[in-house]
Amino acid sequence: MSHRFPAAARLALAGLLLVLGACERPSPLVVQRGYRGVAMEENRNPRLLARLVAANEAPALIPPIPGDQPKAADVYQNVQVLKDLSLPEFTRVMLAITAWVAPPDKSCSYCHQGPMADDALYTKKVARRMLAMVRDINSNWQAHVGSTGVTCYTCHRGQPVPAQVWFAAAPVARPQGMLGDRAGQNAPSPVVGLSSLPNDPFSSFLLEARSIRVGSATALPTGDRASIKQTEWTYGFMMHISQALGVNCTYCHNSRAFRDWDQSHPARATAWHGIQMVRALNTEYLRPLTDTFPDSRHGPLGDVAKVNCATCHQGVYKPLFGAQMAKDYPELQHEKVMEPAAAPPATPAAAATPPAKSP
Amino acid sequence: MAEYQNIFSRVVVHSPVYPGVPVAGGGWRAGRGSLRTLLGKIGDAQLGPVYLGFTGIASLLCGFIAIEIIGLNMLASVNWSPIQFVRQLPWLALEPPPPSYGLRIPPLAQGGWWLMAGFFLTTAILLWWVRMYRRARALGMGTHVPWAFASAIWLYLVLGFIRPLLMGSWGEAVPFGIFPHLDWTAAFSIRYGNLFYNPFHALSIAFLYGSALLFAMHAGTIVAVSRFGGDREVEQIVDRGTAAERAALFWRWTMGFNATMESIHRWAWWFAVLCPLVGGIGILLTGTVVDNWFLWAVKHGVAPGYPHVFPAVPDPALHTGVTP
Repeated sequence: MSHRFPAAARLALAGLLLVLGACERPSPLVVQRGYRGVAMEENRNPRLLARLVAANEAPALIPPIPGDQPKAADVYQNVQVLKDLSLPEFTRVMLAITAWVAPPDKSCSYCHQGPMADDALYTKKVARRMLAMVRDINSNWQAHVGSTGVTCYTCHRGQPVPAQVWFAAAPVARPQGMLGDRAGQNAPSPVVGLSSLPNDPFSSFLLEARSIRVGSATALPTGDRASIKQTEWTYGFMMHISQALGVNCTYCHNSRAFRDWDQSHPARATAWHGIQMVRALNTEYLRPLTDTFPDSRHGPLGDVAKVNCATCHQGVYKPLFGAQMAKDYPELQHEKVMEPAAAPPATPAAAATPPAKSP
Repeated sequence: MAEYQNIFSRVVVHSPVYPGVPVAGGGWRAGRGSLRTLLGKIGDAQLGPVYLGFTGIASLLCGFIAIEIIGLNMLASVNWSPIQFVRQLPWLALEPPPPSYGLRIPPLAQGGWWLMAGFFLTTAILLWWVRMYRRARALGMGTHVPWAFASAIWLYLVLGFIRPLLMGSWGEAVPFGIFPHLDWTAAFSIRYGNLFYNPFHALSIAFLYGSALLFAMHAGTIVAVSRFGGDREVEQIVDRGTAAERAALFWRWTMGFNATMESIHRWAWWFAVLCPLVGGIGILLTGTVVDNWFLWAVKHGVAPGYPHVFPAVPDPALHTGVTP
């Protein structure tokens, strides 16, 4: 009988290893961000952080080309966005796009076919809008990007399509009829950190302007009809932000009162402007490009690739760990000159869709 | 003589299979019973005879229908793939109707099945309660066990029926699913301003943890004094032996006070019963009487303030007039 206890012990040990197998190897680092005792702290793992830092380094500087004459628009035909640049500046932008976006084996020919001015390739038309978008972000969305700004590289990282974009989710295959509707949730989706929360929060919050705010603003009921199901959509979207930035809820919120701005970290206001910005980019720049892209670039429902928080952040709380990259490229900083005036923070979608709830 | 003095049972009591005590007024039972060695390691080695009766059979039937509705909907949601059903089971669910349906009867695919599953599950549980109550009466016992079960049923009914009725929306109820009901719980707390500040929630947790503590204290005490005959608890209630004396002195030495062989069972019963009872009250008040428990706690001076360590963060929506 004496052999039975060691067997049980072996079984227990195997079970323990199995359970701990999903855990992160120590040792973690805890960074306190809020007042002591309120658990506003970030959990970092130096080993994983080092890996993330290595994967998020800014590329080598593309040196400026001396000279400031003549205007690019006077030399080249069909210059629509970069009209204010000199020829050396213009050439530098083209070199930068080639290095940061175009596949190495294609180089200039990824966008240009035949005469340089020709708009035959869809990639050139898309690149033009993306240049306008980068300038728009750097000029009008400083509430989110601050003075750090963005470049093509912030999202593209050397690839023609950024690694993390989103499409409207195709409905999950299920039999015709009345059984088995998942109601947009209850699937192991990495979008929401493998929770069972609604797994396409992007359409609601980053394209349409559905109400994110679900916590009640009054102690006693005063007619706030936000439902628990609605809360799950907000919760799913917050899971995406958490994943995209590699942070906890408490990076922005005090978890004792998620909705309370007074107890929140200032990063929450930055994130709020980020949501507005991403929605504006999707509705003003990407959705209008739907027909410009070929079908092969469309999602399962024929929609265009769109941006979310992960497109720039890629798992880091500040893209490229806040590398001051854009300041070296004043060509990408100018006011946009050819856009019809689009007031930045007032998203058209927000105005068109009456919010379901009071703030 | 064999003794129960290990935390694992090393003693299996053998006795002939017997049908149980005679009960006045019938007490029909099915089968003759048999002995199972494995059962003997965790309890009585005798399996059966069983009594089901009308309520038992009706309850099992209703429970079976509910599980079928839930399971087949889950299976359909993975396109009838048994492999995906097993792999995704923790995520799968049968969801209540969208809030837009209020208390109306929704289409089957949009919560109609949920309503039906809920009806049959509730019927099964209530029938099982009736069966439990009637079995207790038939044996001439008190009805303590059915009433403890009723406390759990109260919490179940509050979550899935009474509160949704008061809120005017089936969509407020809990989905049938493993992870989905947990995510629902977290969303419930976020929507209603943090259940941590709900005093009935706090009481419920105190009784929950208290139940576990009492269970460990009582079970540990009785096993520890079983070498002195302490496992004969019922006799020692009225006729204290050395086991009861030692157990009592142990706790008086440890914490100054001891329960008795009798009162410890009332402690345990009340802790267990109060856990879902007060929990149900806390859920029932949420959204109906209190909409944000944190703000409620601030209003009543319960939630402390903390010094500001960040620059003030005004709500950006107040400046730009945008409601995200």
